[in-house]
Amino acid sequence: MTAQLQRHWRVVCRYDDLVPERGVAALIDGVAVAVFRTHDGAVHALSNMDPFSGASVLSRGIVGDREGRPTVASPIYKQAFELATGVCLDDPGVVVATYPVRVVNGVVEVWSS
Amino acid sequence: MRTVVVAGHGMVGHRLVEALIGRDLQRQWRIVVLAEEVRPAYDRVALSSYVDSWDADALTLPAVLDDRVELRLGDPCVRIDRRKRTVRTASGRRVVYDALVLATGSAPFVPPVPGHDLPGCYVYRTPEDLDAIRVAAQRAMQTTAAGRRSGVVVGGGLLGLEAAHALRQLGLSPHVVEIAPRLMPMQVDEGGGALLRRFVEGLGVRVYCGRATQAIEPDRGRMLVRLSDGTELDTDVVVFSAGVRPRDQLARDAGLSVGERGGVLVDAGCHTSDADIWAIGECAAVEGRCYGLVAPGYAMAEVVADRLLGGHATFPGADTSTKLKLLGIDVASFGDAHATAEGALEVIHNDPVAGRYAKLVVSDDARTLLGGVLVGDAEAYGTLRALVGAVLPADPGALISPSGGELDAGALPAGAQVCSCHAVTVETIGTAVRDGATTVPALKACTKAGTGCGSCVPMLKKLLAAQGVEQSKALCEHFTHSRAELFEVVAATRIRTFSELVAKHGTGRGCDICKPAVASILASLSGVLSPGSHILDGEQATLQDTNDHFLANLQRNGTYSVVPRVPGGEITPQKLIVLGEVARDFGLYTKITGGQRIDLFGARVEQLPAIWRRLVDAGFESGHAYGKALRTVKSCVGTDWCRYGVQDSVGMAIALELRYRGLRAPHKLKSAVSGCARECAEARSKDFGVIATENGWNLYVCGNGGFRPRHADLLVSDVDTETLVRTIDRFLMFYVRTADRLQRTAPWLEELEGGLDHLRDVIVHDSLGICAELDVAMAAHVAGYADEWRGVLEDPAKLARFTSFVNAPGVPDPTIEFVEERGQPTPAHRRPGQPVLIAGPTLTVVP
Ligand SMILES: Cc1cc2nc3c(=O)[nH]c(=O)nc-3n(C[C@H](O)[C@H](O)[C@H](O)COP(=O)(O)OP(=O)(O)OC[C@H]3O[C@@H](n4cnc5c(N)ncnc54)[C@H](O)[C@@H]3O)c2cc1C
Ligand code: SF4
Repeated sequence: MTAQLQRHWRVVCRYDDLVPERGVAALIDGVAVAVFRTHDGAVHALSNMDPFSGASVLSRGIVGDREGRPTVASPIYKQAFELATGVCLDDPGVVVATYPVRVVNGVVEVWSS
Repeated sequence: MRTVVVAGHGMVGHRLVEALIGRDLQRQWRIVVLAEEVRPAYDRVALSSYVDSWDADALTLPAVLDDRVELRLGDPCVRIDRRKRTVRTASGRRVVYDALVLATGSAPFVPPVPGHDLPGCYVYRTPEDLDAIRVAAQRAMQTTAAGRRSGVVVGGGLLGLEAAHALRQLGLSPHVVEIAPRLMPMQVDEGGGALLRRFVEGLGVRVYCGRATQAIEPDRGRMLVRLSDGTELDTDVVVFSAGVRPRDQLARDAGLSVGERGGVLVDAGCHTSDADIWAIGECAAVEGRCYGLVAPGYAMAEVVADRLLGGHATFPGADTSTKLKLLGIDVASFGDAHATAEGALEVIHNDPVAGRYAKLVVSDDARTLLGGVLVGDAEAYGTLRALVGAVLPADPGALISPSGGELDAGALPAGAQVCSCHAVTVETIGTAVRDGATTVPALKACTKAGTGCGSCVPMLKKLLAAQGVEQSKALCEHFTHSRAELFEVVAATRIRTFSELVAKHGTGRGCDICKPAVASILASLSGVLSPGSHILDGEQATLQDTNDHFLANLQRNGTYSVVPRVPGGEITPQKLIVLGEVARDFGLYTKITGGQRIDLFGARVEQLPAIWRRLVDAGFESGHAYGKALRTVKSCVGTDWCRYGVQDSVGMAIALELRYRGLRAPHKLKSAVSGCARECAEARSKDFGVIATENGWNLYVCGNGGFRPRHADLLVSDVDTETLVRTIDRFLMFYVRTADRLQRTAPWLEELEGGLDHLRDVIVHDSLGICAELDVAMAAHVAGYADEWRGVLEDPAKLARFTSFVNAPGVPDPTIEFVEERGQPTPAHRRPGQPVLIAGPTLTVVP
């Protein structure tokens, strides 16, 4: 069981390579995932695809917060997405996929199912 | 559809067209406008500004573009046949009307003194009149010795003083002759007139009051003007501005009733004695009275528009209040300025030393304001005029004392007129505010208030505040400060990181609004606060919008475009070849921009460093197309090549572009330099535009293309290069310091209290005492400039960010696909869940 799970955690980068409050894109089994580190040290992973423009760009948005909830703003049309849930705060009907993410021995990993 | 014929396309005729088209939602009327003048309606009130630019187009009023309007220029109406309901034009055309509106304005009155028709005698009403005066002044430059060149203005009213100013600008010393005992007798009283005269004389205008012009005689190529007291004035030019007479001849010929003192007689509904004919504007005598101001004319136009659509509006009577700046002197008069009401009392504050005269006329119990006169300082005009007829909120003396009881806008009665140009009341503003117009620009758009002379703009702000609309300047949920306030905070505290700023002065962690705004402020101040820094240093990098983050412009498919700087639009063939080679080698779509440079599209993040390596090696640098920063300074070829050029526009454009490159601002900045008045570089559509003159340069500011086009305003004229550059330095730094986030220069100026005059006071006359600071800030910027792309290429840490995927740095983003259009790659249309759209005649789908 554990062995099988291991196979599904994919390495992204070293935790120290993540700049606080900025994202990076990672290619996980052919799919682009945006990985963010917030100021409190937490790590979040979302689909990199901006649902409004169809461009693979969310990792390049500005990280901040809305009423205390950490967000990333799409760099194309500026809608804000909640990092923890992927919900678009400007249009709550729109949600981008989120991925489980963890830091093991200083390495960031994303769960690919 | 019925036809309304409008005779005259002046300010009022034009207003009728606007009002009728705007309200005739059922398309009941088509409009035929017969205009005597060859140019469409223009802002006659601003005629004197023509002397600054000699650009008549700048006066043109916004056209009404509608298929229901037919405008016939240069073809006046010459006859009305009331029985057949037709009019005939000078070209012989007949037009049948269902309704006819006379808006023929008035003609300058020329007193029949001997010699009034000599060559060298002019009136002051159209651009053509001014052109003729200009030619005469230029002739005087050739024929009359310096020091003796002069012009006589007959009439010392508002227009006369404007004409005197124009003569002065044309190099003649002006003399003003006024039959009344004081200047502007209609508007000001004796005390105000005395101060006004002192001011005017201080400006080199000779004033002769209480004297009539008796004769004008030719005198060895010049003229001699004899006054009733025996004074003789040598002169090159005579300008008559002794009042106007309504142009009512058409109506007289058609047998319509006219007023006792002229003017087409109309009732309060603007009907003439013929039910199908109306008259509006200066040609109309409403219940016998003619009005020589534009606001009452506008009110008449509104009445007729309403009535043509079946309404019953009546002329509300006119407010003949005026506020103007004459030769730089504030003069205002409102309500019963001459205290004609029974028992009226006058409260006067006269300070000849400070150059300030104020009089309030109040009712016999000193409680109700009836009118007043202000000379030298008309700051209080907006509030005072709106208070006419209302119970005064304070002791009248206190209201006009210099320490001034600041009036509470909330105390104004609902019916008080805020904007007299467009007759907008406190109540109308209140309704608009409740309907969601909560900013000055929004109020301007929906009520027209503030779009005439602009003197009520400060009042609009006060009303907004009084309505409890907190003009929230808060940048976003993280800062309660406006951008300008944050700028001051950063400048004063020298805080250099966002984290520290938000911790000490804000809340939360910031967002896509405040982070780039702060990044921009830090960059604008970097010359002073942190010389040698780069916008991608440390934490600052995380604040940047993706464009600034990757120093390129994000396009809709996630790729970027690259724009190297091409100063002034001048480029060598060799560099052009490099651009072509880079585009070819990286498969980039290529397009020439409107700013005279070349934009290369379709670069992936990880390609940017390699592209820029090639460009930097070839001598290119960042063009900052990605930044809220100076973009380009366009130029025409100027004296280098053009046979009309009077200055080196290319050299100037390059110098300006190199000086201001990299300057971060609240929004992008565009500029242009034209080598002569033909203006091939379109400088007047730019944030700052320079146009060469025979003697130097004219500087225009706050123009805008884009969504809301605006012609730039003339800030200074005929200045030398040093003054030009210094003025632009200060203009830019003042804008950078005080504008809102993403506010371009045009709306910034519109919101700036005091407008262009204030701007000029601040940066030319240093009225706030900040010019030295502005100069230091710009000097620091210029000294600290470094190419941002070179900075990235030289720093491995910065370069490391330019990867597609952290875990697969060499792999291109698989979602980026191109199709070929017209021989170049363009993004394949992709929307989530949709296949690649196949379109175009010669299309290859790139796998
Ligand atoms: C230098 C100057 C400064 C001024 N300053 C101010 C100011 O500060 N405040 C203010 O309120 N007012 C000011 N005025 C007055 C203001 O300009 C007029 O009140 C206003 O223009 C009147 O508009 P109108 O349409 O009635 O007449 P006009 O603007 O005169 O337009 C009438 C038009 O009808 C045309 N016309 C005449 N006969 C015919 C015909 N038979 N067929 C076809 N067309 C015809 C004329 O050629 C003209 O184009 C100023 C005027 C001048 C000249
Ligand atoms: S603006 Fe004047 S100098 Fe420049 S190209 Fe046009 S005509 Fe020539």
